Amino acid sequence: MAKCMAGDLLKETFPEAVRDIEEFRRETSITVDADHVREVMTFLKENEKLCYDLLLDLAGVDFDNRSPRFMIAYLLHSTKFNNKLRIKTTVAEGASLDTVSDIWLAADWMEREVYDMLGIIFNNHPNLKRILLPEDFIGHPLRKDFPVKGRDFDQPLQVCLEEER
Amino acid sequence: MGVEAAAAASLQEVINWARKNSIWPVTFGLACCALEMMVASSSTYDIARFGSEVFRPSPRQADLMIVAGTVTRKMAPMLKRIYEQMPEPKWVIAYGACACSGGIFQTYNVVQGVDQIIPVDVYVPGCPPRPEGLLKGIITLQEKIAAEPAGQRNLVSLPWGNNG
Repeated sequence: MAKCMAGDLLKETFPEAVRDIEEFRRETSITVDADHVREVMTFLKENEKLCYDLLLDLAGVDFDNRSPRFMIAYLLHSTKFNNKLRIKTTVAEGASLDTVSDIWLAADWMEREVYDMLGIIFNNHPNLKRILLPEDFIGHPLRKDFPVKGRDFDQPLQVCLEEER
Repeated sequence: MGVEAAAAASLQEVINWARKNSIWPVTFGLACCALEMMVASSSTYDIARFGSEVFRPSPRQADLMIVAGTVTRKMAPMLKRIYEQMPEPKWVIAYGACACSGGIFQTYNVVQGVDQIIPVDVYVPGCPPRPEGLLKGIITLQEKIAAEPAGQRNLVSLPWGNNG
């Protein structure tokens, strides 16, 4: 696995966007300012020395006691150089983030999942609606303040079919 | 007992006998319990001994729905629709802890017992129940069908609801 040069390159190109670079057991994590996510991602994909052409995962985390509250982690892989990179960015409650689904098509459903579970809005997403939960579901269950049993756990479930309405 | 009443009672017995020995289940497996249900139709357990080996891919041809597994809230409308598509007479076995009561999944996305949506005849608890459990459930259902009095269910059912 080639050494990851993304940290140095990003620091050179976007000094205002890179907040922090961590390295732990040969895994690099770069924290990026939320406003610059799109430029950084486009650079990471299209730069010939990096060529991160595959988005492995995109996940949201709720840190209930931190501000800004949410963190989005992008896990990138370069099939050319066979190395991985983690990009982190933070989103405040009620704020939104630019989509990367036009950079990596794989991000389309992943961003929908993050929206579904945490309620983070992705700007310019082609089809931002719930992907796992029923469309009439209220709330975002992976938020720490969401009750695990749901809000109407003790109520009988009403199922109304389309043809019965 | 009059002659007519006796004839009706014995006719009902014949009908019950026919019904209870050919309970065709609809193919409906939701989670790991479905694997135990499949094993029940293998030669070792041989569900065919009870006349229930014909798992129908269409609910229109089925008499029994074995709800085998976790019913999620997203699946609930489909489950109800399949049940409504089955012609009368129809029965339901809730197979496994999840179908009976939600099981270990006390969460926002799991239906806490399939009896909230459709009427259940026999509950088979277990996580998952062994195939013998299903066979016992079918035998219990057969006993229940054999004891059904005349007039409880219509003899003929028509899809547009005007049952004769």
